[in-house]
Amino acid sequence: MTDSDISAKPSSQWYDIWMQFRSHKGALIGGIVFILIIAAVSLGPLLWPYDPTYIDIRARNQTPNWAHPFGTDQLGRDTLARMMAGGQTSIAVGLTAMLLALVVGSFIGVLAGFFKRLDNLLMRMTDLFLALPLLPILLVMMLLFREVLNNAFGPEKGIFILITVSIGITSWMPTARIVRGDVLALKEREFVLAARSIGTSNTRLILRHILPNVMSPIMVSATLGIANAIITESALSFLGLGFPPDFPTWGRLLNDATDYLQQYPERVFWPGLAISLTVLSVNYLGDGLRDALDPRIRSR
Amino acid sequence: MIKYLFLGAAAAFTLAPAAMAERGGDGDVKIIYWQAPSILNPYLSGGTKDIESSSIVIEPLGRYTETGALVPYLAQEIPTVANGGVSADLTAITWKLKEGLLWSDGSPVTSADVKFTADYCMHPEGGCAQLAKFEGVTSIDTPDALTITVNFSSPKPNPYGPFMGGQTPIIQKAQFENCMGAKAPGCTEANFNPIGTGPFVVTDFRPNDVIQMAANPNYRDPAKPAFATLTFKGGGDATGAGRSVLETGEFDYAWNLQLAPDVIANMEKAGKGVAIAGFGPLVERLEMNMTDPSSDLDADIRATRKAPHPFLSDINVRKSLSMAIDRPLLVEVGYGKAGRVSCDLVPAPDLYAANNDYCMKQDIAGANALLDSAGWTKGGDGIRAKDGVRLSILYQTSTNAVRQDFQALIKQWWGEIGVETELRNLNASVFFGGDPGSPDTFQKFYADVEMYANTFDGTDPQAYLAAYRCGNEPKPESQWQGENINRFCDPAYDAMLDELAQTGDLAKRGEIAIKLNNMLTKDSYTIVPLVHRGRVSAHAKSLGGVILNTWDSELWNVADWHRIK
Amino acid sequence: MFTFTLRRLAITVPTLLFISLIIFLLLELAPGDPMAQVPLTVPPEVKEKMRLALGLGEPAPVRFWKWIVQFFWIEPQVLVDHYLGTTFSEGNQRVISWQTRSPVMDIVIQRMPQTLWVVGMSYVVGVLIALPIGIYSAYRQYSVFDQVGTFVSMIGFAVPPFFSGVLVIVLFSVNLGWFPSIYDTTHVVNDWDSFVIQLKQMIMPVMVLALQTTAQISRFTRASMLDNLNQDYVRTARAKGLGEKAVVLAHVLRNSLIPVVTVIALGVPAVFGGAIITEQVFKVNGIGQLFITALLANDLPMVHTVAFIFAILIVTFNLIADVLYGILDPRIRYD
Repeated sequence: MTDSDISAKPSSQWYDIWMQFRSHKGALIGGIVFILIIAAVSLGPLLWPYDPTYIDIRARNQTPNWAHPFGTDQLGRDTLARMMAGGQTSIAVGLTAMLLALVVGSFIGVLAGFFKRLDNLLMRMTDLFLALPLLPILLVMMLLFREVLNNAFGPEKGIFILITVSIGITSWMPTARIVRGDVLALKEREFVLAARSIGTSNTRLILRHILPNVMSPIMVSATLGIANAIITESALSFLGLGFPPDFPTWGRLLNDATDYLQQYPERVFWPGLAISLTVLSVNYLGDGLRDALDPRIRSR
Repeated sequence: MIKYLFLGAAAAFTLAPAAMAERGGDGDVKIIYWQAPSILNPYLSGGTKDIESSSIVIEPLGRYTETGALVPYLAQEIPTVANGGVSADLTAITWKLKEGLLWSDGSPVTSADVKFTADYCMHPEGGCAQLAKFEGVTSIDTPDALTITVNFSSPKPNPYGPFMGGQTPIIQKAQFENCMGAKAPGCTEANFNPIGTGPFVVTDFRPNDVIQMAANPNYRDPAKPAFATLTFKGGGDATGAGRSVLETGEFDYAWNLQLAPDVIANMEKAGKGVAIAGFGPLVERLEMNMTDPSSDLDADIRATRKAPHPFLSDINVRKSLSMAIDRPLLVEVGYGKAGRVSCDLVPAPDLYAANNDYCMKQDIAGANALLDSAGWTKGGDGIRAKDGVRLSILYQTSTNAVRQDFQALIKQWWGEIGVETELRNLNASVFFGGDPGSPDTFQKFYADVEMYANTFDGTDPQAYLAAYRCGNEPKPESQWQGENINRFCDPAYDAMLDELAQTGDLAKRGEIAIKLNNMLTKDSYTIVPLVHRGRVSAHAKSLGGVILNTWDSELWNVADWHRIK
Repeated sequence: MFTFTLRRLAITVPTLLFISLIIFLLLELAPGDPMAQVPLTVPPEVKEKMRLALGLGEPAPVRFWKWIVQFFWIEPQVLVDHYLGTTFSEGNQRVISWQTRSPVMDIVIQRMPQTLWVVGMSYVVGVLIALPIGIYSAYRQYSVFDQVGTFVSMIGFAVPPFFSGVLVIVLFSVNLGWFPSIYDTTHVVNDWDSFVIQLKQMIMPVMVLALQTTAQISRFTRASMLDNLNQDYVRTARAKGLGEKAVVLAHVLRNSLIPVVTVIALGVPAVFGGAIITEQVFKVNGIGQLFITALLANDLPMVHTVAFIFAILIVTFNLIADVLYGILDPRIRYD
């Protein structure tokens, strides 16, 4: 059954999870690739001599060569340096916005599914958020908070917070709906009734019994959420609502390169590959985590 | 080219060319605009897409040619002082309609239609987009069915505001009679299917999507247009539009390909079509803010003339910012054959162009020396400062790939002369909007430098130069509306503007306009011109008769278009 | 269940009114100006007069009330008039777009065919592909089929349509010349040949969009199936001697469908909302293109109306999903 085995020590349980995770080949590879990507974009710029915004106009439109392994763009900026700088932003935005959406979505979903009295209110609020168009929300947030955040955190961090929060608060709704649907069904299962009959408190019931059982849709939402956040950010830059223009991100690099698809196909290749690799590695990571957290599989 | 010129002129004088003398013999022609037309009534929408698409259907009395010359369309000739059409005191202009003109529904075109057009636009509740064209019009007389006299309240050196060019075409009185003023929006049928005198009539209008047209059976030249039907598709982006003409050949004509020059060159290699460029007076420029945009100031002082800019009010700073820019490189990167280096605010027509060359060469060393001698010294971080004021610039513009490339390049050059730059790009619909509640409009100018392009209609720059009159600046009292974006203020400039408004002699007008241009650019570096921008459009190799016109609607001579077999 | 549905329907009306108020306030607060696309050559005084002619001089509450009356009272009359030939709506002002000065609902209806052909079809195709992939991937977890399916669907989801759309255009329109790169919204299907032409112009946008749908739904299906495949009741069913087919398709699938139904129901309103980027790339000019052009032109009546229609669909389909939960799992009770 689920882990109603309360006597087991927590440490051994986490050890079990780790063992299960380690035996999951996909998860291990996914994890390694993901760590490699993060290491490359965060440590790479320390080793690589080119600045992502430095323009060397004589070196423009170069195909990959020894000096510029990924080539240069239409202004002669080094693509490798831009990929690394862009990766920092894109991964940070992707992860933070996804986590925000996941936490808000799961929280609202569980509450709505579990407590009948909250259900209607929370779900109508979800309907409201689903119906609000993203662009005006962003414009309003920019209007209200850009100057405040700029003064508090500086232009770069300020805009980062603004973008991450706006992507986060406009993408939690599907997660909430899905989690709620699952909770509605779980709540009536025998093991929940059993736990309730022995006097388990609501908080404990949710944390020990409900949440572990809705992990798989949450994990899928997480994977899809990262890709979604990275791509949404590029759409925002395209509309002039994103990061300052000299601030590369993967989404923007891909967007800018699309016009040059026929002449310089490698320019779309790098950001496309980076986004895909990140999403794939997080997906396998999520799969492994899900399996590791599922006691039924773990005990197999 | 000479042959095409001849054909273009032929449209005006109703001379049927001997070749291809059959209406509708060439089948269908397909035009794509990446901005989709919303309405075919240019009086209700000032948008370029709407003015150009409606120009196929409705026509003015006269148009500008690709060289900026005036040609009659519905009029017999262009009235001038010399031929007696314009009164000697410049307060009246008399137009004569061609004889026998018919609307597409078969009814005759009369002077009453022309007068009605003016009444329609000048209606106080109509919200007419072209109202400025009718400025100073006191009355319109129609002594007979073909004659129209427009009377002005004061002498008009340039009397070609009303009924001249794509902005003010003639609409049919019978159709729009019940659509005046507040009733205008109720006339969907008329706004979508205007009855006109042009070579085509609308058969199906789908707003923001596609227009289908057929040859006008009552067009004044029985041999034209060569095409039986016309499809006008809108939407998408410039890349897709260019591709559909130059690479796949699905369309015959694509408008305004704002794309990097090497992207267009690559598309042309497919061999299906050619890109053509033409130059009007459009100039991409940097505007220097003469007032302080700092957010520390009170809202009623910030970015107004009460608070002069801490460092841009020093001409040496403005001049060195201009000197640091490599304009030929900007042209090469951003516009290719659709751009030229410009040091002038008014680069065309020839009569008014100063043809300055002070800014042709980049001079980083000179700029550094100038700043040094002006007392702006480099600090430990490499940024210049004087009396605690750091040369740190917020440089904003609208979102557009070429503009962002320009921002990156200019930021780097300014870095080389010890100026720090923060870049910001804004959504065009906010930046160019006039919402007084938004901090991000170009009028409010809550930045130190901003970049955009501007131009003027027709060939006379008087109104364009008058924008920089002292007091015409956006300010809180005027809800931040106003055209003097830099908050430029010079009594000598204003006096010269008054002189221009009273001068009728063309050569003299040219001289004054050039002086005004220099006061804004060369002498004060208030406006720093970057690129004289042309327009690039593309047409299929099989489409003949295309002459790119940047002074009027691009589709001005669509009646002459034909299929090359 | 019946009383639940009735009760929910009763709450729907105030919910929608509230949503419409919030949308209106959001649009009011957002910076923007319907004159933004008018060239700079038009002087500011003229632009101010144009704004007044659009009705922007009236206070916001008046404009909101007018919209409510026009949308809930006059537009239904127009619909009745259209079908019964009556004249209830004559002389009444409908919801008018600021860009086109014509009734918003007429344009929305005009955009329906291409939106349903392309976006609707892509959704149907996407769901039909996704379900079998999701089920089989879960049933044979970590098989070659599962790995390939995961790989392809995740890449499909990670590659945004602004790139994949251009890629297929360059491949199939420019290089191979098989399909048109521009969608013809005036094309009429009346015989086999015109149907083939319609198929040709649909195939690229449908595929690009279906890739996204497939990725999303197949992932959720797979995850949910995996959760259920290890449950005790599956073991019991197998022990009873039920065939694999019956076990997987009747028992496991039915119990796994709740999240799938949720995701599908969330996606249906988006079908009517169109696909902004894909429509732009292929010039389909459906509801998505209508919405984004209206947003960029600050055409508030149009944005408000389209966003509100979208809200109606969201509320409706979420209600349908809730009802379906009860049918799929009778243990779920709402009262």
